Amino acid sequence: MRTEGLYALSSWAEMAYLLMPRTVLILGLLLLPLILDMYWQRVLCTAGIYAMLALAFDFLASYVGLVCLGGALFIGAGGYISGLLNAYLGWPPLLCIPIATLAGAVISTFVLLPCLRLRGIYFAIVSFMFPLFAVYIIVALNVFGGTEGISALAILPNIWVEQYLILGMIVVSLFAIRRLVNEDIGLILRGIKDNDQAVRASGISITAYKTKAVFIASLMGCFGGAYLSHLYGWLGLSLFAMDFSILPIAACVMGGMGSLVGPVLGAFILTPMSEALRGFGQLRVVLYCLILIGFMVYKPEGLMNYIERKYHQFEHWEEV
Amino acid sequence: MDILIYGTVNSVIFSFIAVGFTLVYGVSRIPNFAHGSIYVLVGFLTWSFVNDLKINYALAILLSLIIAAMIGLIIYRFILIRLRGMPTSEIISSFAISLIILEGLRMQGIAGFKGFIGPFYILHPFIEGKLTIFGVLVDYQRLIIIGAGLAIVAMLWLFTHHTKMGLSLRAIAQDERAAMMLGVNSDRTAMISLSIGSALAGLAAVMILPLGCITAEMGYKVLIYALAVCIIGGLGSWAGAILASFVIGFAMKISTVFFGAVWESVVLVGTIILILLFRPSGLLGKQKELEERV
Repeated sequence: MRTEGLYALSSWAEMAYLLMPRTVLILGLLLLPLILDMYWQRVLCTAGIYAMLALAFDFLASYVGLVCLGGALFIGAGGYISGLLNAYLGWPPLLCIPIATLAGAVISTFVLLPCLRLRGIYFAIVSFMFPLFAVYIIVALNVFGGTEGISALAILPNIWVEQYLILGMIVVSLFAIRRLVNEDIGLILRGIKDNDQAVRASGISITAYKTKAVFIASLMGCFGGAYLSHLYGWLGLSLFAMDFSILPIAACVMGGMGSLVGPVLGAFILTPMSEALRGFGQLRVVLYCLILIGFMVYKPEGLMNYIERKYHQFEHWEEV
Repeated sequence: MDILIYGTVNSVIFSFIAVGFTLVYGVSRIPNFAHGSIYVLVGFLTWSFVNDLKINYALAILLSLIIAAMIGLIIYRFILIRLRGMPTSEIISSFAISLIILEGLRMQGIAGFKGFIGPFYILHPFIEGKLTIFGVLVDYQRLIIIGAGLAIVAMLWLFTHHTKMGLSLRAIAQDERAAMMLGVNSDRTAMISLSIGSALAGLAAVMILPLGCITAEMGYKVLIYALAVCIIGGLGSWAGAILASFVIGFAMKISTVFFGAVWESVVLVGTIILILLFRPSGLLGKQKELEERV
């Protein structure tokens, strides 16, 4: 069995062995829009949004120890800010999306800030509560379009821009986060997950690093939200739907928590499945949760960890 | 004066909802996110027993409480027991269970199951009629809620202080390893606490649901209220939960009277954020500040 971290680059075959998964992933994602037809291209865009959320969830849960039950908060923040900028100030989408990503991330982090200096369960509780509170407050105070939402937002130019924007962002974020968890800041975050008292005893401020981690994760989520509001040209209360909270979690558990690729692949598997089951209504959510619990009880490592383990177990005899 | 009475009713409702969650968390450190879904499930079960199977109301309530306790037991025995000690997985799986139950109740068209959608499902109050206390009109159901709330708190106190099983629950809550050394089985205690907690959620449901109608969306709202009460009162502290439910109950009623009904949620969010900022372990939280701040 190979050691997973140490390689001597001795041959083209060896290098191909290492590069193959990554190239397959990147090329596969980037070439996917060319082979799908119109309907599935739209599904691809939605799958991309869930993949961003799943990536954010996995980063927070496996590398920082924070379970974020409220992905809908990020989507809602990014989507609402982007839509409002477009509707009230008339800025073009390609300008609104970056601004909404940053502003949404700042606001989400700020809102989640009070619970970051407490134990992980408080973060789970508060992140679960905030999307629902946001819905109540928007409905009660009737701001930001109230229950009907705001429609007729500017949509992105054409279907190819839409797909390659989200796929590009997925590839960039995936490799950026992969790189991040191996840098110093990633080690500190992993230390916070394992034993935060030890990190604190080393003189490092846990709250500051958790805030940075939540900010990074919410950047990804808010980009998804801003993109979503310009995908369909409409924003409303459904941006805070429970669906955005639960499907990334199911995708993450199914795809393999800890390996950042797993959630992305899980999202790309679960979203078409949910589209295919669209006729069944609420059965989809029940199905995601059953899959989630099944994987969590019987195969907690998930698909991608399993595949990675088996890939590294290939034996190959060399002629000497 | 009516603020006082309706505030008390509201507070007792909150404490009813939260006491089950606090019990489970205090004893076994498992956040039971399925609390709200069991609340709604018991409501719909009672409604089905009474309306579809035409069972006597009291018997239907008893049956659904027993079913709620069994569901709590099953949740622990088959799912949560494999995930003890991994807080991430516990949170995710109990959240998933709650979604299965809540969205399953809204499902339509599977094998003729029509799904419980729409505000048509009503449980009847136990005794119809109203009473005037100090010039305020209060119906009997609310008085029953207050009485039952106090009775439940008293019974829980007696149970945890004077019966062997209750004392073992307290023992595990205080120090798990010491209790295990004395022969208290941690898994069995967790199962008991989860079934009692679910039964309490069901009891809250049958008491409170006659005041309005049953909808599946209420599950999330109930869960939020339970979580809010536990955060404000301190996770795992029973007296804190009761104190916090009074604080929230009165705060929300006062804000309704003076500012209008729309500001209730804002007041709730504001209270939670205030507590998280200034007294993170809750009003009567037992965790020390140093541990809590991590």
